[in-house]
Amino acid sequence: MTSRTRSRPLHIALEIDGASTANPGADPLSPRHLAEVVAGAERAGLALATFDDSPLPPDGGLRLDATTRAAYVATLTDRIALAPASHVTTAEPFHLAAQLASLDHATHGRAAWLVGATARPEALATVGRPPIESGALRQEVADVVEVVRRLWDSWEDDAVIKDVATGRYLDPGKVHHVDFHGETFSVKGPLITPRPPQGSLVVLAPDTLAAAARPDVALVADPDPDEVRRRAHHARDHGTPLVFAEADITFGATGPIGCTGRLRHHGSPADLVSLLRTLAGSVDGVRLHPAALATDLPVLAGQVLPALREAGLHAPPETGATLRESLGLARPANRFAALPKG
Amino acid sequence: MSMTAQLHLGVFYTGVGPQFLWDDPGNAPHTEIETYVAVARTLERGLFDAFFLGEGLRVRENRGRVHSLDVAGRPDAITQLSALAGATGHIGLVATQNTTYNYPADLARRLASLDFLSGGRAGWNIVTTDNAWTGANFRRGGWLKHERRYERAAGFVTAAKALWAGDGPVERDDDLVRLRAAPTVPRSPQGRPVLFQAGDSAGGRELAARHADVVFSANTAYDKALAYATDLRARLARVGRAADAVRILPGATVVLGDSPADAAARHEEIRRRQINPQRALAFLEQYWGRDLSAYDPHGPLPDVDPTDEELDPSRGTISIEHRTGKLDRIRQWRELAEAKHLSIHQLVLEVQPRQPTFVGTPGQVADEWARYVRDGVVDGFNLSPYLVPASLDEVVDKLVPELQDRGVYRTAYTGTTLREHLGLAPVPEGARG
Repeated sequence: MTSRTRSRPLHIALEIDGASTANPGADPLSPRHLAEVVAGAERAGLALATFDDSPLPPDGGLRLDATTRAAYVATLTDRIALAPASHVTTAEPFHLAAQLASLDHATHGRAAWLVGATARPEALATVGRPPIESGALRQEVADVVEVVRRLWDSWEDDAVIKDVATGRYLDPGKVHHVDFHGETFSVKGPLITPRPPQGSLVVLAPDTLAAAARPDVALVADPDPDEVRRRAHHARDHGTPLVFAEADITFGATGPIGCTGRLRHHGSPADLVSLLRTLAGSVDGVRLHPAALATDLPVLAGQVLPALREAGLHAPPETGATLRESLGLARPANRFAALPKG
Repeated sequence: MSMTAQLHLGVFYTGVGPQFLWDDPGNAPHTEIETYVAVARTLERGLFDAFFLGEGLRVRENRGRVHSLDVAGRPDAITQLSALAGATGHIGLVATQNTTYNYPADLARRLASLDFLSGGRAGWNIVTTDNAWTGANFRRGGWLKHERRYERAAGFVTAAKALWAGDGPVERDDDLVRLRAAPTVPRSPQGRPVLFQAGDSAGGRELAARHADVVFSANTAYDKALAYATDLRARLARVGRAADAVRILPGATVVLGDSPADAAARHEEIRRRQINPQRALAFLEQYWGRDLSAYDPHGPLPDVDPTDEELDPSRGTISIEHRTGKLDRIRQWRELAEAKHLSIHQLVLEVQPRQPTFVGTPGQVADEWARYVRDGVVDGFNLSPYLVPASLDEVVDKLVPELQDRGVYRTAYTGTTLREHLGLAPVPEGARG
């Protein structure tokens, strides 16, 4: 392996469900606000918006389903990628695969999945599920991610043939049962939805779940930059293609958020640029968690990103590019396409 | 019914199935978001109440392989409708969703999210299944007995309504529904998603009487529609709901022509393209349980005997009366083919059930629909297109103006929510009903 080039641009993701997302006076849940926030992030040139989620309401508040929110902005955007969180433990894997594939179709390849693995008993109780032990949880992550990826492959890219002479709309040899047998469930397949434009959506997961989820992007949350570097190195050594650092950011007035276990920036835009410059050699991207999106996003757009661009450390995604293309990840071959036709 | 009785129109877009003329050059790509956006905007131009998406939780098969002749492949309904919510401003967005293979709190939350984001335009078409073949895609396949599917549905819908009412945590723990969940989504401008019910069995009708705002009825012909409306109103009275608490919208197809003869000819041509020779052979394969590809669809019926096994659900849900008696049915078909000298293709054209279709000039169909709605037999129709976008364009461009001329169809949207489009009473704050 050659050492990574220092001038490669950082991919910058933004979590839009931070501690305080609202403009003063704005309804933070309103569709209009959602559309404005994502449009603002897109205009700023960010690569990816992530949508946090849980089956449980946030403390003292309300929250809409993440995939539904991401889909709502699908036709209102054309560059920024959209990554809803969805928990493997509280989802039907088949529905999850269809929902995310549909989001990828609706965005022409700008969708990603932020893998969640809540094991909180209250979250499991929403689907009538008893508590899960940690070993079983890892197995569940591995099984759900695997079956979702298999289902995305269950239609080959050229399955729809529309052959008028034979009356065949599709080639039945190119739409496959997945016959998945996991530890606690089985799925026959194929998916109801044809293969997504990216082939397989970009999967993001915390590096702590990387062994089970085998993500395309590992998210490293650590308050110590040296630890972030070490863990990024470790994730890459274990086959994760890209690593993003998680960072809380706040400029000026707003006080820091409570302890999140992430890198923390509380200071001037120039200081954030310096922090990102030092990270650029050891991670492929960052996911920013602003303390106050309404005031922090304009600072990112107006000061931080232009400075990074000038330093050759940021390139906005191009219109029409898939997220895989923006991230430099190859479109995977279909695992079923290589099989002998039966 | 009052003089101001108004017709409500929806489109039921399954996105898959044998009715679509995919070989037509005007057929738009079935899975592309642009097709959906264009259709939804066409329906808004035509002042429709709702755009429905169907549901299928397993791709149809023919003897163990994916069925190749029909349009297949579709998006997840709620995800797609959320994308449409961002691209439209008026049309109601209705997702068909199954109570057997979903979690109540999860589905209630996703529907409420769609409802809130669309400004109160969401609906849920409640369907059930008992079918283990479909269940093979889910964590708990084939767990629900046929007789208990509506019991599960009623418990599921009750839990969903309680979550939408937002009064606090909802807990239920019986052998059919188990959850403990708190509401997470704010109340939408229409209170909660509009509930549609589609099943025609006694259990389905009872669920409609207790819970539904709209029935997507299977009774389209005038006499059947009248009998259905009478039955439903009696059930509504028994559970203490007003006779007009539920809108009745049967499914229908429309084939228009410049003259009655032109419309009839188009109808016949569409049917022959839908039931083409390849599909006729595949239809018999489902019954024979055998590969019949060596037989000529224009020749006599297969001389080989069918297998003994009854139909499996792999070509779509089978009504309870068709789950047995396959060999008797085939015997009758042989006699019919013999007596009338029918080929395979001709026989299938004869015996395949016809979809309820209104055929005529725009004026004729408008007259007929005006009679239905003035007599209080239906409140409107859910139209199934056979060619997208053309078969919807002609309804919007030719039939809607005729309906407006007759005073039975709106000339502008007067509300913003699906409930308002349908003329349903508001859901009171905090109401569980």
